[in-house]
Amino acid sequence: MNGAADVGGMMGFGAISHPADEPNFHHDWERRAFAVTLAMGATASWTLDESRFARETLPPVVYYSSSYYQIWEKALEKLMLDRGLLTGRELATGIVESRKPVARTLAAEDVDKVLARGAPTERASGASARFKLGDKVRAKNMHPFTHTRLPRYLRGHVGEIVHVHGVHVFPDSNAHGKGEDPQWLYAVRFSARELWGKDRPAGDTVSADCWEPYLETV
Amino acid sequence: MAHSAEDDHHHHHENSELPETDLRVRTLESLLVEKGYVEPAALDRLVETYETKIGPRNGARVVAKAWSDAAYHDWLMEDATAAIASLGYTGRQGEHMMAVENTSEVHNMVVCTLCSCYPWSVLGLPPTWYKSPAYRSRAVIDPRGVLAEFGLDIPETTEVRVWDSTAEIRYLVIPRRPQGTDGLDEEALADLVTRDSMIGTGLPLLPGTIS
Repeated sequence: MNGAADVGGMMGFGAISHPADEPNFHHDWERRAFAVTLAMGATASWTLDESRFARETLPPVVYYSSSYYQIWEKALEKLMLDRGLLTGRELATGIVESRKPVARTLAAEDVDKVLARGAPTERASGASARFKLGDKVRAKNMHPFTHTRLPRYLRGHVGEIVHVHGVHVFPDSNAHGKGEDPQWLYAVRFSARELWGKDRPAGDTVSADCWEPYLETV
Repeated sequence: MAHSAEDDHHHHHENSELPETDLRVRTLESLLVEKGYVEPAALDRLVETYETKIGPRNGARVVAKAWSDAAYHDWLMEDATAAIASLGYTGRQGEHMMAVENTSEVHNMVVCTLCSCYPWSVLGLPPTWYKSPAYRSRAVIDPRGVLAEFGLDIPETTEVRVWDSTAEIRYLVIPRRPQGTDGLDEEALADLVTRDSMIGTGLPLLPGTIS
Protein backbone atom coordinates (compact mmCIF):
# COMPACT_ATOMS: atom_id res chain seq x y z
CA MET A 1 0.00 0.00 0.00
CA ASN A 2 1.06 3.58 -0.46
CA GLY A 3 1.14 4.18 3.28
CA ALA A 4 2.79 6.60 5.63
CA ALA A 5 5.65 4.18 6.30
CA ASP A 6 6.91 4.32 2.71
CA VAL A 7 9.02 7.45 3.15
CA GLY A 8 11.97 6.88 0.79
CA GLY A 9 12.64 10.13 -1.11
CA MET A 10 10.12 12.22 0.82
CA MET A 11 11.19 15.68 1.93
CA GLY A 12 10.49 17.94 4.85
CA PHE A 13 11.42 15.77 7.84
CA GLY A 14 14.37 18.02 8.61
CA ALA A 15 17.82 17.30 9.99
CA ILE A 16 18.69 13.96 11.54
CA SER A 17 19.13 14.19 15.28
CA HIS A 18 21.90 11.74 16.18
CA PRO A 19 23.10 12.24 19.73
CA ALA A 20 26.08 10.18 20.83
CA ASP A 21 25.56 7.42 23.39
CA GLU A 22 21.80 7.47 23.10
CA PRO A 23 20.17 4.73 25.19
CA ASN A 24 18.09 1.99 23.56
CA PHE A 25 15.04 3.15 25.50
CA HIS A 26 14.17 6.66 26.65
CA HIS A 27 11.34 5.69 28.96
CA ASP A 28 10.43 2.58 30.84
CA TRP A 29 7.21 2.27 28.83
CA GLU A 30 9.35 1.87 25.69
CA ARG A 31 11.03 -1.15 27.27
CA ARG A 32 7.64 -2.61 28.08
CA ALA A 33 6.17 -1.85 24.64
CA PHE A 34 9.20 -3.48 23.03
CA ALA A 35 9.01 -6.56 25.23
CA VAL A 36 5.26 -7.16 24.99
CA THR A 37 5.43 -6.75 21.21
CA LEU A 38 8.18 -9.38 20.92
CA ALA A 39 6.51 -11.70 23.43
CA MET A 40 3.14 -11.44 21.64
CA GLY A 41 4.94 -12.07 18.34
CA ALA A 42 6.17 -15.31 19.89
CA THR A 43 2.57 -16.45 20.47
CA ALA A 44 2.32 -16.97 16.69
CA SER A 45 -0.96 -15.05 16.59
CA TRP A 46 0.26 -13.19 13.49
CA THR A 47 3.21 -13.12 11.11
CA LEU A 48 5.97 -10.53 11.01
CA ASP A 49 4.48 -9.30 7.75
CA GLU A 50 1.05 -8.92 9.34
CA SER A 51 2.61 -6.84 12.11
CA ARG A 52 4.34 -4.59 9.56
CA PHE A 53 1.03 -4.14 7.75
CA ALA A 54 -0.64 -3.20 11.03
CA ARG A 55 1.94 -0.42 11.49
CA GLU A 56 1.79 0.91 7.95
CA THR A 57 -2.01 1.02 7.95
CA LEU A 58 -2.03 3.48 10.83
CA PRO A 59 -3.47 6.71 9.38
CA PRO A 60 -0.65 9.00 8.19
CA VAL A 61 -1.50 11.68 10.74
CA VAL A 62 -1.19 9.09 13.51
CA TYR A 63 1.96 7.48 12.08
CA TYR A 64 3.88 10.74 11.72
CA SER A 65 2.85 12.13 15.09
CA SER A 66 3.75 8.96 16.98
CA SER A 67 7.15 8.01 18.29
CA TYR A 68 8.63 4.68 17.22
CA TYR A 69 7.44 2.60 20.15
CA GLN A 70 4.06 4.36 20.12
CA ILE A 71 3.67 2.99 16.60
CA TRP A 72 4.56 -0.47 17.87
CA GLU A 73 2.08 -0.20 20.71
CA LYS A 74 -0.76 1.07 18.52
CA ALA A 75 -0.15 -1.66 15.98
CA LEU A 76 -0.05 -4.30 18.72
CA GLU A 77 -3.44 -3.14 19.98
CA LYS A 78 -4.81 -3.30 16.45
CA LEU A 79 -3.47 -6.83 15.86
CA MET A 80 -4.98 -8.06 19.10
CA LEU A 81 -8.32 -6.31 18.64
CA ASP A 82 -8.61 -7.72 15.11
CA ARG A 83 -8.06 -11.24 16.40
CA GLY A 84 -10.34 -10.99 19.39
CA LEU A 85 -7.44 -11.33 21.82
CA LEU A 86 -8.36 -8.01 23.39
CA THR A 87 -11.41 -5.78 23.48
CA GLY A 88 -11.74 -2.03 23.49
CA ARG A 89 -13.51 -2.23 26.84
CA GLU A 90 -10.65 -4.21 28.37
CA LEU A 91 -8.23 -1.53 27.20
CA ALA A 92 -10.45 1.19 28.62
CA THR A 93 -11.05 -0.44 31.99
CA GLY A 94 -7.96 -2.61 32.47
CA ILE A 95 -10.27 -5.44 33.51
CA VAL A 96 -9.92 -8.80 31.76
CA GLU A 97 -13.23 -10.04 30.33
CA SER A 98 -12.09 -12.69 27.84
CA ARG A 99 -9.33 -15.24 27.53
CA LYS A 100 -9.21 -16.47 23.97
CA PRO A 101 -6.32 -18.95 23.87
CA VAL A 102 -3.08 -18.34 21.96
CA ALA A 103 -0.99 -21.07 20.30
CA ARG A 104 1.94 -20.72 22.69
CA THR A 105 3.53 -18.38 25.16
CA LEU A 106 7.17 -17.41 25.55
CA ALA A 107 8.72 -18.67 28.79
CA ALA A 108 11.65 -16.78 30.29
CA GLU A 109 13.90 -19.83 30.05
CA ASP A 110 13.20 -20.07 26.31
CA VAL A 111 13.97 -16.45 25.44
CA ASP A 112 17.64 -16.99 24.58
CA LYS A 113 16.87 -20.01 22.45
CA VAL A 114 14.00 -18.32 20.61
CA LEU A 115 16.06 -15.19 19.87
CA ALA A 116 19.08 -17.24 18.75
CA ARG A 117 16.89 -19.22 16.37
CA GLY A 118 15.08 -16.19 14.97
CA ALA A 119 12.68 -16.71 12.11
CA PRO A 120 14.56 -17.51 8.90
CA THR A 121 12.55 -16.72 5.78
CA GLU A 122 14.53 -18.70 3.21
CA ARG A 123 12.68 -21.69 1.82
CA ALA A 124 13.54 -24.59 -0.49
CA SER A 125 13.40 -23.56 -4.11
CA GLY A 126 10.82 -25.07 -6.41
CA ALA A 127 10.87 -23.17 -9.66
CA SER A 128 14.16 -21.98 -11.09
CA ALA A 129 15.09 -18.32 -10.84
CA ARG A 130 13.83 -16.16 -13.68
CA PHE A 131 16.71 -13.68 -13.41
CA LYS A 132 20.46 -14.02 -13.01
CA LEU A 133 23.32 -11.77 -11.96
CA GLY A 134 23.77 -8.83 -14.32
CA ASP A 135 20.25 -8.97 -15.76
CA LYS A 136 18.55 -5.64 -16.31
CA VAL A 137 15.09 -5.58 -14.74
CA ARG A 138 12.33 -3.07 -14.24
CA ALA A 139 10.55 -2.67 -10.91
CA LYS A 140 6.90 -2.92 -11.85
CA ASN A 141 4.63 0.06 -11.77
CA MET A 142 2.27 -1.43 -9.21
CA HIS A 143 0.22 0.13 -6.44
CA PRO A 144 -1.48 -2.63 -4.46
CA PHE A 145 -3.84 -1.57 -1.69
CA THR A 146 -2.37 -4.46 0.29
CA HIS A 147 1.07 -4.99 1.86
CA THR A 148 4.11 -4.79 -0.37
CA ARG A 149 7.82 -4.28 0.21
CA LEU A 150 8.45 -2.57 -3.11
CA PRO A 151 8.90 1.09 -2.14
CA ARG A 152 7.20 3.72 -4.27
CA TYR A 153 10.47 5.39 -5.19
CA LEU A 154 11.65 2.30 -7.10
CA ARG A 155 8.50 1.56 -9.09
CA GLY A 156 8.87 1.86 -12.84
CA HIS A 157 12.66 2.13 -12.66
CA VAL A 158 15.28 -0.08 -14.27
CA GLY A 159 18.06 -1.67 -12.25
CA GLU A 160 20.48 -4.57 -12.37
CA ILE A 161 20.47 -7.83 -10.44
CA VAL A 162 23.57 -7.76 -8.20
CA HIS A 163 22.81 -10.67 -5.88
CA VAL A 164 20.51 -13.67 -5.87
CA HIS A 165 19.40 -14.29 -2.28
CA GLY A 166 17.48 -17.53 -2.82
CA VAL A 167 13.80 -18.16 -2.26
CA HIS A 168 12.13 -16.27 0.58
CA VAL A 169 8.68 -15.92 2.14
CA PHE A 170 6.69 -13.42 0.07
CA PRO A 171 5.39 -10.62 2.33
CA ASP A 172 2.68 -9.55 -0.10
CA SER A 173 1.01 -12.89 0.52
CA ASN A 174 2.13 -13.63 4.06
CA ALA A 175 0.83 -10.31 5.39
CA HIS A 176 -2.72 -11.27 4.47
CA GLY A 177 -3.12 -14.82 5.74
CA LYS A 178 -2.57 -16.22 2.25
CA GLY A 179 0.43 -18.33 3.11
CA GLU A 180 4.15 -17.91 2.59
CA ASP A 181 4.10 -18.31 -1.21
CA PRO A 182 7.96 -18.25 -1.31
CA GLN A 183 9.51 -16.38 -4.25
CA TRP A 184 12.99 -15.74 -5.56
CA LEU A 185 14.56 -12.69 -3.99
CA TYR A 186 17.19 -10.49 -5.60
CA ALA A 187 19.27 -7.47 -4.67
CA VAL A 188 18.62 -4.97 -7.45
CA ARG A 189 20.90 -1.97 -7.93
CA PHE A 190 19.48 1.26 -9.35
CA SER A 191 21.60 4.22 -10.32
CA ALA A 192 20.86 7.43 -8.43
CA ARG A 193 20.33 9.16 -11.78
CA GLU A 194 17.75 6.58 -12.84
CA LEU A 195 15.82 7.18 -9.61
CA TRP A 196 16.30 10.87 -8.95
CA GLY A 197 17.40 12.57 -12.14
CA LYS A 198 20.45 13.75 -13.97
CA ASP A 199 21.96 16.03 -11.36
CA ARG A 200 22.91 13.13 -9.07
CA PRO A 201 26.51 11.86 -8.90
CA ALA A 202 27.10 9.46 -11.79
CA GLY A 203 28.36 6.52 -9.77
CA ASP A 204 25.99 6.59 -6.81
CA THR A 205 23.47 3.80 -6.48
CA VAL A 206 20.62 2.52 -4.33
CA SER A 207 20.08 -1.22 -3.99
CA ALA A 208 16.98 -2.89 -2.63
CA ASP A 209 15.88 -6.47 -2.17
CA CYS A 210 13.07 -7.29 -4.58
CA TRP A 211 11.01 -10.46 -4.88
CA GLU A 212 10.59 -11.83 -8.38
CA PRO A 213 6.91 -10.78 -8.71
CA TYR A 214 8.06 -7.16 -8.29
CA LEU A 215 10.25 -7.37 -11.39
CA GLU A 216 9.81 -7.59 -15.13
CA THR A 217 12.25 -7.99 -17.98
CA VAL A 218 13.30 -4.82 -19.73
CA MET B 1 6.18 12.94 36.28
CA ALA B 2 7.52 16.48 36.16
CA HIS B 3 10.97 15.16 35.46
CA SER B 4 9.63 12.92 32.74
CA ALA B 5 7.78 15.71 30.97
CA GLU B 6 10.84 17.94 31.01
CA ASP B 7 13.01 15.12 29.81
CA ASP B 8 10.69 14.53 26.88
CA HIS B 9 10.59 18.13 25.93
CA HIS B 10 14.30 18.74 26.01
CA HIS B 11 15.73 15.53 24.70
CA HIS B 12 13.34 13.45 22.72
CA HIS B 13 11.19 15.72 20.61
CA GLU B 14 8.28 13.41 21.10
CA ASN B 15 4.71 14.43 21.59
CA SER B 16 2.32 15.34 24.35
CA GLU B 17 0.79 11.85 24.44
CA LEU B 18 3.54 10.38 26.61
CA PRO B 19 1.82 10.18 30.00
CA GLU B 20 -1.17 8.61 28.27
CA THR B 21 1.12 6.25 26.43
CA ASP B 22 2.80 5.23 29.66
CA LEU B 23 -0.57 4.40 31.19
CA ARG B 24 -1.75 2.63 28.05
CA VAL B 25 1.31 0.40 27.91
CA ARG B 26 0.99 -0.48 31.60
CA THR B 27 -2.67 -1.34 31.09
CA LEU B 28 -1.90 -3.43 28.02
CA GLU B 29 0.94 -5.28 29.73
CA SER B 30 -1.13 -6.09 32.80
CA LEU B 31 -4.02 -7.33 30.63
CA LEU B 32 -1.70 -9.57 28.64
CA VAL B 33 -0.07 -10.95 31.77
CA GLU B 34 -3.43 -11.65 33.36
CA LYS B 35 -4.69 -13.34 30.21
CA GLY B 36 -1.60 -15.54 30.30
CA TYR B 37 -0.36 -14.37 26.91
CA VAL B 38 2.97 -13.03 28.18
CA GLU B 39 5.15 -14.05 31.11
CA PRO B 40 6.60 -11.11 33.10
CA ALA B 41 9.97 -12.84 33.55
CA ALA B 42 10.19 -13.36 29.78
CA LEU B 43 9.53 -9.64 29.21
CA ASP B 44 12.33 -8.76 31.59
CA ARG B 45 14.63 -11.24 29.89
CA LEU B 46 13.91 -9.74 26.45
CA VAL B 47 14.76 -6.24 27.64
CA GLU B 48 17.85 -7.39 29.53
CA THR B 49 19.14 -9.25 26.46
CA TYR B 50 19.09 -6.18 24.25
CA GLU B 51 20.26 -3.78 26.95
CA THR B 52 23.20 -5.85 28.09
CA LYS B 53 24.04 -8.75 25.78
CA ILE B 54 23.35 -8.09 22.12
CA GLY B 55 24.91 -4.89 20.83
CA PRO B 56 27.42 -3.43 18.37
CA ARG B 57 30.36 -5.13 20.09
CA ASN B 58 29.25 -8.28 18.25
CA GLY B 59 29.57 -6.59 14.88
CA ALA B 60 32.86 -4.99 15.89
CA ARG B 61 34.32 -8.44 16.51
CA VAL B 62 33.16 -9.56 13.07
CA VAL B 63 34.82 -6.54 11.45
CA ALA B 64 38.03 -6.91 13.47
CA LYS B 65 38.30 -10.55 12.47
CA ALA B 66 37.70 -9.69 8.83
CA TRP B 67 40.49 -7.10 9.05
CA SER B 68 42.87 -9.60 10.66
CA ASP B 69 42.16 -12.87 8.95
CA ALA B 70 42.08 -13.00 5.14
CA ALA B 71 40.35 -16.37 5.04
CA TYR B 72 37.64 -15.14 7.39
CA HIS B 73 37.27 -11.97 5.32
CA ASP B 74 36.70 -14.00 2.17
CA TRP B 75 34.20 -16.26 3.92
CA LEU B 76 32.35 -13.23 5.29
CA MET B 77 32.06 -11.66 1.86
CA GLU B 78 30.95 -14.98 0.34
CA ASP B 79 28.57 -16.21 3.07
CA ALA B 80 28.09 -13.61 5.78
CA THR B 81 25.36 -15.58 7.57
CA ALA B 82 27.65 -18.56 8.16
CA ALA B 83 30.79 -16.53 8.87
CA ILE B 84 28.96 -14.41 11.46
CA ALA B 85 27.25 -17.45 12.99
CA SER B 86 30.69 -19.00 13.51
CA LEU B 87 31.35 -16.26 16.08
CA GLY B 88 28.08 -17.08 17.85
CA TYR B 89 25.95 -14.26 16.46
CA THR B 90 22.73 -15.66 15.05
CA GLY B 91 19.02 -15.29 15.18
CA ARG B 92 16.41 -12.62 15.32
CA GLN B 93 16.87 -9.85 12.75
CA GLY B 94 20.13 -11.41 11.62
CA GLU B 95 18.83 -14.62 10.11
CA HIS B 96 20.17 -13.76 6.64
CA MET B 97 23.23 -11.52 6.52
CA MET B 98 25.15 -9.73 3.80
CA ALA B 99 28.47 -7.98 4.37
CA VAL B 100 29.24 -4.99 2.14
CA GLU B 101 32.77 -3.68 2.18
CA ASN B 102 34.01 -0.13 1.92
CA THR B 103 37.03 0.47 -0.30
CA SER B 104 38.76 3.52 -1.73
CA GLU B 105 36.20 3.37 -4.58
CA VAL B 106 33.01 2.45 -2.71
CA HIS B 107 31.25 3.73 0.42
CA ASN B 108 28.27 1.69 1.61
CA MET B 109 25.45 2.83 3.87
CA VAL B 110 22.38 0.99 5.09
CA VAL B 111 18.80 2.14 5.59
CA CYS B 112 15.31 0.71 5.84
CA THR B 113 13.00 3.19 4.14
CA LEU B 114 9.86 1.14 4.87
CA CYS B 115 10.32 0.51 8.58
CA SER B 116 13.40 -0.08 10.71
CA CYS B 117 15.07 -3.31 9.54
CA TYR B 118 18.51 -3.53 11.13
CA PRO B 119 20.94 -6.36 11.91
CA TRP B 120 20.07 -6.88 15.58
CA SER B 121 22.28 -9.95 15.99
CA VAL B 122 25.44 -7.94 15.30
CA LEU B 123 24.45 -4.34 16.13
CA GLY B 124 21.69 -4.68 18.75
CA LEU B 125 18.61 -2.48 18.53
CA PRO B 126 18.71 0.40 16.05
CA PRO B 127 19.37 3.90 17.33
CA THR B 128 16.44 6.31 17.26
CA TRP B 129 17.84 8.27 14.33
CA TYR B 130 18.01 5.14 12.17
CA LYS B 131 14.27 4.65 12.71
CA SER B 132 13.39 8.30 12.11
CA PRO B 133 11.49 9.44 9.00
CA ALA B 134 14.27 12.00 8.47
CA TYR B 135 16.98 9.36 8.01
CA ARG B 136 14.73 6.88 6.20
CA SER B 137 13.46 9.44 3.70
CA ARG B 138 16.76 11.17 2.99
CA ALA B 139 19.26 8.28 2.93
CA VAL B 140 18.12 7.14 -0.51
CA ILE B 141 17.64 10.51 -2.23
CA ASP B 142 20.44 12.50 -0.60
CA PRO B 143 22.94 10.09 0.93
CA ARG B 144 25.84 12.51 0.63
CA GLY B 145 23.87 15.20 2.44
CA VAL B 146 23.07 12.73 5.21
CA LEU B 147 26.69 11.61 5.42
CA ALA B 148 27.81 15.25 5.64
CA GLU B 149 25.48 15.71 8.62
CA PHE B 150 27.22 12.77 10.26
CA GLY B 151 30.58 14.42 9.53
CA LEU B 152 31.56 12.28 6.54
CA ASP B 153 32.78 13.99 3.43
CA ILE B 154 32.85 11.35 0.72
CA PRO B 155 34.96 12.28 -2.35
CA GLU B 156 33.05 12.61 -5.62
CA THR B 157 35.19 9.86 -7.07
CA THR B 158 33.93 7.43 -4.44
CA GLU B 159 30.70 5.63 -5.32
CA VAL B 160 28.07 5.87 -2.59
CA ARG B 161 26.09 2.64 -2.43
CA VAL B 162 22.92 2.75 -0.36
CA TRP B 163 21.31 -0.55 0.66
CA ASP B 164 17.58 -0.33 1.39
CA SER B 165 16.71 -3.30 3.62
CA THR B 166 13.36 -4.13 2.03
CA ALA B 167 13.45 -7.89 2.74
CA GLU B 168 14.78 -10.10 5.57
CA ILE B 169 18.38 -9.71 4.43
CA ARG B 170 20.33 -7.64 6.93
CA TYR B 171 23.35 -5.62 5.85
CA LEU B 172 26.59 -5.09 7.77
CA VAL B 173 29.04 -2.52 6.45
CA ILE B 174 32.69 -3.56 6.73
CA PRO B 175 34.52 -0.24 7.09
CA ARG B 176 38.06 0.30 5.86
CA ARG B 177 40.74 -0.61 8.34
CA PRO B 178 42.33 2.59 9.64
CA GLN B 179 45.96 3.38 8.92
CA GLY B 180 48.46 2.74 11.69
CA THR B 181 46.77 -0.37 13.07
CA ASP B 182 49.25 -2.98 11.84
CA GLY B 183 50.31 -4.21 15.24
CA LEU B 184 46.86 -4.38 16.83
CA ASP B 185 45.20 -7.65 17.76
CA GLU B 186 41.51 -8.35 17.13
CA GLU B 187 40.33 -7.08 20.51
CA ALA B 188 42.18 -3.79 20.05
CA LEU B 189 40.86 -3.49 16.51
CA ALA B 190 37.30 -4.16 17.68
CA ASP B 191 37.63 -1.18 20.04
CA LEU B 192 38.00 1.04 16.96
CA VAL B 193 34.86 -0.22 15.22
CA THR B 194 31.93 2.04 16.00
CA ARG B 195 28.27 1.19 15.50
CA ASP B 196 27.86 3.96 12.94
CA SER B 197 30.85 2.70 10.95
CA MET B 198 28.97 -0.58 10.49
CA ILE B 199 25.83 1.26 9.29
CA GLY B 200 27.96 3.38 6.96
CA THR B 201 27.24 6.72 8.63
CA GLY B 202 30.56 6.79 10.47
CA LEU B 203 34.19 5.78 10.22
CA PRO B 204 36.20 3.63 12.61
CA LEU B 205 38.12 5.42 15.32
CA LEU B 206 41.82 6.01 14.81
CA PRO B 207 44.30 4.28 17.09
CA GLY B 208 45.36 6.60 19.86
CA THR B 209 41.95 8.28 20.08
CA ILE B 210 40.73 5.80 22.68
CA SER B 211 42.26 4.85 25.99
